[in-house]
Amino acid sequence: MHRLLPRPALSAVIFLLWAALSNAATLGTVLLGALLALALPFVTRPFWSDAPRLAHPGKLFILALRVAIDIVLANLSVARRVIGPLNHLKPAFIEVPLDLRDPFVATILSSVVSLTPGTVSIDVDQERWVLLIHALDAPDSDALIAEIKQRYEAPLKEIFAC
Amino acid sequence: MNILTEFAISALIVLGAAFALLGSVGLARLPDFFTRLHGPTKATTLGVGAMVLASSIYFTTMQTGVSLHEIAVMFFLFITAPVSAHLMAKAALHRRSAVDAKQGKQ
Amino acid sequence: MLTLAIETGFVFIGLAMSLNLWRLARGPDATDRVLALDTLSINAIALLVLFGIRAGSSAYFEAALILATMSFVGTVVLCKYLLRGDIIE
Repeated sequence: MHRLLPRPALSAVIFLLWAALSNAATLGTVLLGALLALALPFVTRPFWSDAPRLAHPGKLFILALRVAIDIVLANLSVARRVIGPLNHLKPAFIEVPLDLRDPFVATILSSVVSLTPGTVSIDVDQERWVLLIHALDAPDSDALIAEIKQRYEAPLKEIFAC
Repeated sequence: MNILTEFAISALIVLGAAFALLGSVGLARLPDFFTRLHGPTKATTLGVGAMVLASSIYFTTMQTGVSLHEIAVMFFLFITAPVSAHLMAKAALHRRSAVDAKQGKQ
Repeated sequence: MLTLAIETGFVFIGLAMSLNLWRLARGPDATDRVLALDTLSINAIALLVLFGIRAGSSAYFEAALILATMSFVGTVVLCKYLLRGDIIE
């Protein structure tokens, strides 16, 4: 089973994406989607690093919901700052020390950080485990670091058990 | 199409276009590259995502059956936006340090 | 109402695209231009989606999908070039 389906989650995503793309639930598209979902992870297996175990799938859903809400809120605050006076902005480079030690989860964290509050992730240092971010408006960098760690990193650590 | 769905689609389109415009305003107005990066990665992605969602609702009500392939584009946009932002920031940092090193030598 | 919303959307996206073009022409650095180009193509996706709703045809959608994938690949390639091909020696 494990050799036939090296990455079940990836297979599920490919199948759902194929179903969404073909936009029709005929027998042919379902069969072709299943074939792709089986073949693609199998063929690309050498490229994937070992993903950590998904310990709490339910909490992943809650986190995704929270991130979706945060994206909308983050956009409102960015909008206010873009329209408002620019000389009050305090852009800054901030180094966030990470507790997690997994490249895959660090990638997810940096993507979430890029999409949410006024921050863009620039680099993940995998030797020191530091996430370099750029904040659009950061009067208090320690508060921002604490917020990222508590709001996104802690749930991710819990979800992936790493 | 009833009035409620029409209102929802219209609101999504106008809001999405407004957010896309805001992203471009940020791109044009903000003072340096790293602050400019914020507009397009967040506002434009959300704006276009909202418009794609509007299209999905529209074609679902107009045709028989659900129109889901727009969701694939939304998924793709939200996954690729942080990746390209990350790469552009890295390229900018690299170029800036290269310029600094060159000036330091002289 | 929907027609009006679509017209408003066209105006907003058009304005956004001209701002992007301004940034594309102005620069000042190559990375700014890459960013402007990336934003321009994402806005073009929005424009195609709006055309699709107005024409009531999902054919535009395929073009939007291809534009989405190609613009991402293009941005990645340009950034890789800026990172690797040492322009400033």
